[in-house]
This record gives sequence, C-alpha cells and structure tokens, in this order.
Amino acid sequence: MTAPITTTASPSSGAAFPKKSYLNDGTSIRSWLLTHDHKRIAILYLVGVLIALFLGGVFAMVIRLELLTPGPTIIEALTYNRMFTLHGLVMIFMFMIPVIPGVFGNFFLPIMLGAKDVAFPKWNLTSWYVYMFGSALMLWGLIIGGADTGWTFYAPYSTTTTTAITPVLLGVFIIGFSSILTGLNFIVTIHTLRAPGVTWFKMPLFVWAVYATSIIQVLATPVLGLTTLLVAAEHTFGFGFFDPARGGDPILFQHLFWFYSHPAVYIMVLPSMGVISEVICAVARKNIFGYKMIAMSSLGIAFVGFFAWGHHLFTSGQSPFDAGAFAAISMLVGVFTAIKVFNWVGTLYKGAIAFTAPFVYICGFLFFLVFGGMTGVALATVSLDVHWQDTYFVVAHFHFIMVGAVIMGFLAALHYWFPKMFGRKYPENWALLAAGLIVLGFNATFIPQFLLGNAGMPRRYYEYPERFTSLNVASTAGASLLAFGFIIIAIYLAIALKYGEVAGRNPWGSRGYEWDVPSPPPTENFDKVPVFTRGPHEYQDVPEELAKVGHGI
Amino acid sequence: MESSAARKMTAEGWLEPPPLPHHYETEENHKHALRFGMWLFLGTEVLLFAGIFVGYFVFRTYFPEAFEQAGRHLSLFWGTANTLVLLTSSLTVATAHYYAEHGKNRNAFWLLTASIAMGGMFLCIKGIEYHDKFVELALPGKFFHYNEITAPGGPIFYVVYFFATGLHALHVIVGMSLLTWVAVRCWRKEFSPQYYAPVENAGLYWHLVDLVWIFLYPLLYLV
Amino acid sequence: MNEFMRRLLFLPEQASTFAKDVDYLHYFVISVTMAASAAVAVVAIGFFWKYRRRQENQATPFIAPTAMFEVLAISVPLAFFLLWFVIGFRDFVKVSSPPPDAMDVYVQGKQWMWKFAYPDGPNSVGVLHVPANRPVRLLVTSRDVIHSVFVPAFRIKIDALPGRYTEIWFTATKPGRYQILCTEYCGAQHSKMWGEVVVMAPEAFDEWIKEQQRGLVTRADVLADETGQVSLQGSLAQMGKQIAVAQGCLRCHNVDTSLPSTGPSWVDLYQQTTKLTDGREIIADEAYLTESMMEPTVKVVAGYQPLMPNYQGKLTGPEAAAIVEYIKSLRSDRTAQAIGGEEQ
Repeated sequence: MTAPITTTASPSSGAAFPKKSYLNDGTSIRSWLLTHDHKRIAILYLVGVLIALFLGGVFAMVIRLELLTPGPTIIEALTYNRMFTLHGLVMIFMFMIPVIPGVFGNFFLPIMLGAKDVAFPKWNLTSWYVYMFGSALMLWGLIIGGADTGWTFYAPYSTTTTTAITPVLLGVFIIGFSSILTGLNFIVTIHTLRAPGVTWFKMPLFVWAVYATSIIQVLATPVLGLTTLLVAAEHTFGFGFFDPARGGDPILFQHLFWFYSHPAVYIMVLPSMGVISEVICAVARKNIFGYKMIAMSSLGIAFVGFFAWGHHLFTSGQSPFDAGAFAAISMLVGVFTAIKVFNWVGTLYKGAIAFTAPFVYICGFLFFLVFGGMTGVALATVSLDVHWQDTYFVVAHFHFIMVGAVIMGFLAALHYWFPKMFGRKYPENWALLAAGLIVLGFNATFIPQFLLGNAGMPRRYYEYPERFTSLNVASTAGASLLAFGFIIIAIYLAIALKYGEVAGRNPWGSRGYEWDVPSPPPTENFDKVPVFTRGPHEYQDVPEELAKVGHGI
Repeated sequence: MESSAARKMTAEGWLEPPPLPHHYETEENHKHALRFGMWLFLGTEVLLFAGIFVGYFVFRTYFPEAFEQAGRHLSLFWGTANTLVLLTSSLTVATAHYYAEHGKNRNAFWLLTASIAMGGMFLCIKGIEYHDKFVELALPGKFFHYNEITAPGGPIFYVVYFFATGLHALHVIVGMSLLTWVAVRCWRKEFSPQYYAPVENAGLYWHLVDLVWIFLYPLLYLV
Repeated sequence: MNEFMRRLLFLPEQASTFAKDVDYLHYFVISVTMAASAAVAVVAIGFFWKYRRRQENQATPFIAPTAMFEVLAISVPLAFFLLWFVIGFRDFVKVSSPPPDAMDVYVQGKQWMWKFAYPDGPNSVGVLHVPANRPVRLLVTSRDVIHSVFVPAFRIKIDALPGRYTEIWFTATKPGRYQILCTEYCGAQHSKMWGEVVVMAPEAFDEWIKEQQRGLVTRADVLADETGQVSLQGSLAQMGKQIAVAQGCLRCHNVDTSLPSTGPSWVDLYQQTTKLTDGREIIADEAYLTESMMEPTVKVVAGYQPLMPNYQGKLTGPEAAAIVEYIKSLRSDRTAQAIGGEEQ
C-alpha cells in the first residue's frame, strides 16, 4: 500500500452523496421503529446483533481471564458456569443465528432480486420486535438467576437445577419465532418477488445461500421451541419427561435438542458462505467458478444436515449402528463443503485480485473453514470422537467454524457492503491492520485449544489440572489480540459512518446486482427500473461506463 | 392489514378491496405469496407437534401396557364428542370461506361464530376431562397417584397426554382468536371475490388445529 | 515416529491397547487436514500473487469448471472421508464390544465423585484399581444427572446416565496412575469431579483384591491424602459417618472447622440456632436436618448458595437417621470421643 486511499472522482460513479436515501427518509425515532422498509429493519437488526456481539465478547474475555490459572482466578465456580452459559446463549441465539440473514439478508435480498421489499414487510418488523423481546427476556433471566446449565441445557441437570432457567428457556423460545418469521419471509420473497429476468439460476449466490438457510430455519426451529417448552414444563412441574425416576428418558432430550441444534450450525454458516461467494467475485473481478455446484451444494448441506444430529451423541451409549449411520451422513456434509472450497479457490484463478480487507477476510475464511471443517470430519470419525467428545477439541472445532468462518464472513460482508449501506468508505489501512490482528489473534486463541483437547482437557471446566496451564495462557493471550482487533474495527467503522469518504454508486467495480443502485439506496430501492441482462458475477465483458472503478487501490 | 375505514362500500354490498401493497406487481402474485406463506407457517406448526408425537412413540415403546391401560381409562365418550365438534367446526369454517369468497359476508359471519362456539365447546369438554383427571389424581410426573394403572410408566402417559392436549388447546385458543378477528371483519363486510385471503388463512389454521386432533384422538383414545 | 507425533499433538501417554489405534488414525486424519488447509492457503496466496489486479478496470475471462474437475472435487474428499469412516467405525465397534472374559467393574457417577464397585469385591470412592494386560469392562451409571467417564490416557469415554447402564472396556498396558475426568457438565463442582485409575501388574492386582475381599470397605479419596478402613458394624453414629462419606456429604460439609466448606460445618450443628437466607431463625433439630437432606433448597442457611443436591429417594429412612446421629455426635468438646478417635 503506497499512497493513502483517495477516490478518483469519475462522473459515472457519482461521488456525490445522494440527497435522499432510506437513511434520511423520515428521521424521527417513530419512523425507524415503525418502519416497513427492509433496509431500515436490517439496520435495526445490526444494532441488536452488535450489542449481542459485544456482550458475548465480554463474557468470553471473563472466561478466558478466569482460565489463566488452574485454580480460581477472578470469579467463583457458580459465576463461571453462568458465564459460559451466557456466552453460548448470547452468541448463538442473539448473534450467530440472526446476524447475516437479519442484517445483510434483509438489506440485500430484495435488491438482488429486483424487488422493492420482502414479501411481508410488517412481519419483517415483527420479527425484529420478537427478537428484541425474546433477547431481553433471556438476558433478564440470566441476570436475575443466572442459568448455569450451558447453552445445551442437558436434562436432567437443567430440569433439576435451582437456577432460574424458565425465563431463559422462554426467551429462547421467543427468539426462535423471530428466526422462523425471517426464514418464512425470505422463502416467499424468493419464490414470488423475483423481477422479470431473474430466473432461479440468475440469482446471486448470496440469495441461494439465504434460501437454503431459510428452509432450515423454518423446518428445524419449531423442534427447538418444543424442546424448550418441555424442559421448562419439567423444571416447573416435575413432569418427568426426561427423568428416569419417573420413566422418562434423558437421551430423548439430547435427540430432540440436537435435531434442531445441528441444522442450526448450518443456519449460521450457510449465509456466511453466500457472502464469500459475493465478495470473492468482486475482489477478484471474476465470475464464480462453478455457479450451479455452489448453489446446489447449499441446498445439499441444508438437506443432509438434517440427518446428522446423532454425531453429538456418540459417547452417550447409543448403539454402534446408530453411531455409524450418523457418522457416514456427517461425512457427506463435508463433501458439499469441499466442493465449495475448491470452487472458491478456482474463482481466484485468472482473476484480478485486489488486496483489501475483504480479501484478507476471505483468505481467513478459506483457511479456517478448511481446517475447521476437516476437524469436523475428524470428529465424525467415531473412534476419534470417543477421545475428543466434550473436550476442548470440540470447542476449538466449532469456534473455527463459528468465529473463523462465520465471523470472517460477517466482517467481509460488513466491509464489502459498508459503502452500499452507508454511502461512505472505511479507511482501508486501518481495516487491513484490524483484519491481520483478527486472523492472527484467532489462530493464537483457538489452535492451543485443539491441543488442549488432545491433551484431554474437558470443556466447561472452571478449574483444571496444572499440566494444562501453558496452553490456556496462550489461548487467553490470543483472545486479547482478537478482542483488540474487534475494538479497532468498531472505532474506525463508527468514525467512517460520519466522516468516511463518499463512496459513490460502485466503489468496488462489482457486478453484483446491488451495486447498480445508489449508495445508500433510496427507500424504493431503485432510481430506475432494474434490468437484468447479465448473469450474476460476470466480469468478462464489462461495459465502458462501469469499467472505471471508483475506488483507487 | 390496511384499515377498513379508508375503503369505500361498493355497489355489491361489500367494501372495495384494499390497495395492492407497493412491492407487488399483481394481485395474483400477492395472493400467491399470502397462500404460500401460510402453508409454510403451517409446516412449522406440524414440526412443533412432531416432537411430541416422537415422544409419544418413544414412550409407548417403553411402556406399552401402561399406555394401553391409560388409554382405556380416558373417556371415549368425551373424546369422540370432541372429535365430532372439531370436525363440524372445520366444516363451518370451510363454508364460511366459500361465502366470503363470494362476498356473502353476513353468512360467513354467522358460520364463523358457530365455529368459534364449537371451539369453545371443545375447550369445555376438555375442561371436563381435565377435571376428572385431577379428581382421580391421574396426573403427570410426581403428581401421579392413579391406582387403575398398574403397569409402570403411568406418570409418563399423563405427561404426554397433558402436554400434547394442552399444547393443542393453546392452539385452539389461538385459532379462536384468529376466527374472531376475521368474523369481526366479516361483520364490517370487508370480504369480496377480490379479497378474502384472511378468511382463507384463518381457516387453514383452524383446519390444522383440527388435523392435529385427528392424529391425537386415535393415538390417545383408541389404541 | 509415534512418539514424535504424540508429543507434537500434545496427546497423553498411550496406556491402553485402544490408544495406539486411535492415535494412528488421528495422525492420518490430522496430517491430511493440515496438508489440505496448507494447500488451500498456498494456492490462494499463489493465485493472489500471480493474478493480482494490475489495472483498475481489468476484465477477466469467464471460466467454468469442467465436469472432470467437479468429479474430482467430489470424489477425492469423499474417498478420504469414507476411508476414515471405515477405520474409525471399525475401531468404535471394537471399543463398544467387550470380550466375554473381561473383568467387570461397576462405576457410579454422582455429584461430584466417582464410586467403583467390583461384583464380589470392595467398593471405593475416587480410585479404581485394575490389572494391566487384562480386559476390564466398565458398567457405568449415574445417581443424579448425566456425567461422563473419561480416561485420556486410555482414550476412552462413556456417558454416565441416570436410570441406565452404559458400558465401555479397555485393556491397560502399563502400570501407573491415570486421571479420570468428568466430561459432561454436571454442576458447580464438575471441574473437580476427578478420579484415578491405578493400574497394577496382574499378580499385584490379584493379591490386592484378595486382601480387599475380606469384607472390609476401603475408602480412598483423591482430594485427601489419607486412607482409612471403616468397619461396617458399629453404632448408628458410626454407620452414619460411613454413609456420609459414601454419599459425599463430607465433600461440602466439613467436620474440621479449620478446613473450608461449601456448606455449613457439621461441628456443633445439632440444636444450633441458625439464620436462614430469608431472615428466619430456626433450630437445627432432627426434623430440620432431615428436611435439609430431602428438600435442601427450602431452608438455606444465610451466607450459603442453594447448591445442595437432593437426597430424596437416595437415602432410606434409616440411612438418613444414621447421618443425623452422626451429626449429633460432632461436638467440639467431644470430637476426640466422637467416633473412636478418628478424624476427617
């Protein structure tokens, strides 16, 4: 990077900030809180998920600080147990599940389809209120009594614990509704509101990813709803559904819980994969390598993901036959992911790649997805899982995917689409620095955790045998680096919101459909009727007027 | 939904249909979206109940005698009565839908009222059954003290019974609320051949509630 | 080579026949994983370098994958995954199928300790003695919530479920002491629910178990560093003491006021005026002490957390009475006479 980033103002890119956009079309609080505009609802979701990310991050730091020493460090055992429960619940239900669909899906799905809004705008707003209310209830429950069951609230511990688990469960139940409403809205939108010219195989890959995600949201979340109700009922009334003393079966809980929670991880990762498909094409100025395969593999992951839940029960005493069946199916999901990875790398071949923060996040994403994904396949190899189950190896695996893949995707989306959503550019140098810190910090945090799992350290341990100390200290050091990276991002993005350079319509020179509208878009999305003559992500015949990229790199 | 106050009465005796939402190109597209969305939502309800049916089958496999005995001790009379009540109410709802589609709002109103009344009757009968259970102490989990069930697993049967029928009853209440709201709109003559989607969707919900009972009834009362 | 990989990956020593199989498969899988991730990274960086953007408005060729590419992209990973599945599943079936001549040990997990019992033999808390080079089958259950028996050095793990028995087996290969860790979150002291497997040479084990089977109960506690032998006969208070040890009461209630205590000390507790969390004052008589075992969260002593597990259904009437007698006998002016001079 030589000179500071400046824009070469070019008439076609229109580097003047649009006078009227969705951002200033009504400036009262009421116009935001009662909006039907999918873009404003996306911003509302962004506020919610950023609060969740912050809270979840704080809880994570408390955990890692406590784990600096083998014995008690800064908090006591009960508080620690509440901390990892809080961290898991907040991160999963308040951040990971809603983030990319709720923010970027809401903002861009209609625009990418040439639609003026989602199918049911009022239900869209309702889903945000449901999300906020459920989150508030869950947090309140966690504050007044503090559930200490872990986010997986296994029975019979969860049904007999003296901590206040009922409001937490009801909060989760309600947040689930938000997820269902969003998914439902998106499915109907994709089926009914595509503009003429947008056939199924002309849809951007982000839309395919969100479509697959929405199917899972709609089908799997009700089972979680039922499970939370059952646990709440048993905890309150002593029903005995999961209590062997009354004829119940604790393993039934595990099956019901994981029937949702395994597809849930695909709710988290599929949208991130969709983001990567979008960003990689823009960053490499290249068509996607294998459009149909990537689109179909998203559906494949969604479908096969429904049948793999039993790999969370390998050590629960289930029969070898069941274990084998679930293991084989879990492997198939790995194959679909491998297809995507090869196709993404293939996209870079003969591309024109720009070294920007989104590209760093793509690199991070690719490496972490491959490593995390393959450790997933390793875990699905049943005999190995006997050693690794419920140890830090599993923790490292899912953080590699959830943080390494999903959050990299989130950060790539945030940077890639920041100019479109807010009309301004972020400072590239700071972004590169932060991206580097995040990738480094992430490795430093979670690679020691793979080794801890190998060494045999179980998860959810407040105190641990002394031989695990040095790896824990290393992991905490990495976490501090990671936290620092996030803080830097928060600061420069906040500043860029107001003082960033005006972006213009298409600072990346991207051929994604959403870059044809102004930045930020007007409330009706389009200032001229959208015309869809090109396929998504095509760069081989860029017309003259779009050839001049407005972002000097 | 758009306020009915803004819509004018037409010559045929019903309010003109609400304006097309700005992001839909055609009314047909809008109708298709509403119908599709409703069916998707019903799918989620099916999955919600699927879990409890799974629980039923699992525990029935563990405790077959207790489930048989307990099933025989449920009141076949009241259970069958409830089934007939719900089936009839589904018929009246379907007929109400037909009338609303033809703009005969008053007829639709009365039929919906009948459906709501039958929903209320269903709940009363359920209440009678529940009361009997409370008296006999045929209750779930730790409250179970019913000597008629001699095989192990009695408490679990009642867990499944109360949870499944309780969740169902909750849905009946929700369904009744939806039907009430739609009935009020019928009274205001809002529906016409161009606009009857709310009646259709509320009706679909009610049919689902009925369908869940059609599965619960034989599993609990008959086998 | 094995030793090098084992250390590189921070794996514990391989102390069972199963451990080597697991580790070899582990090396295979992790090497391919590392190679694949590195390959992706190298290729991506290589492409970035070779195909970096040279002009702002650079156009690129439209490239679609060949059918062969997609076939390879699917079949190569699938081949590896299926191979690992086959090996892993075969090993899993092995570890789930104990040989018919395996020695049985009953394992019971309860908050927050492990109890072991041989079919004819002694019981113990926290320490499991097994012979080397002979198959041992663990029959595992739980008294309360789900726990999980994990012996990293053996690479074995199985959940302890209430109301059910699960099983796993191993053949230990070298004498030594190997840690047991609970690996399913079970509450406040989950991270201290440790135990130990003591592997003895086969002859040494045979002698040891003969010693034990003379009708005595051996108690060994990982946290304390003394062992004691307590007779099964004796006064009600003495029986209460043994039950209190066996049920784990003394993990939280001390009988030596100089030690820390998660719950109220039992010394001088009987008939003491006690303040509760809701402000009431009660006298700790027989009724209160019994109620505290059966419904521990109803009357919690001020200054303590409501952590005590519920013993309803787990202690018979006489057992609870014996514990109450034991508590009554714990007076600071009489500790020396209390139980024949034994201290905790």
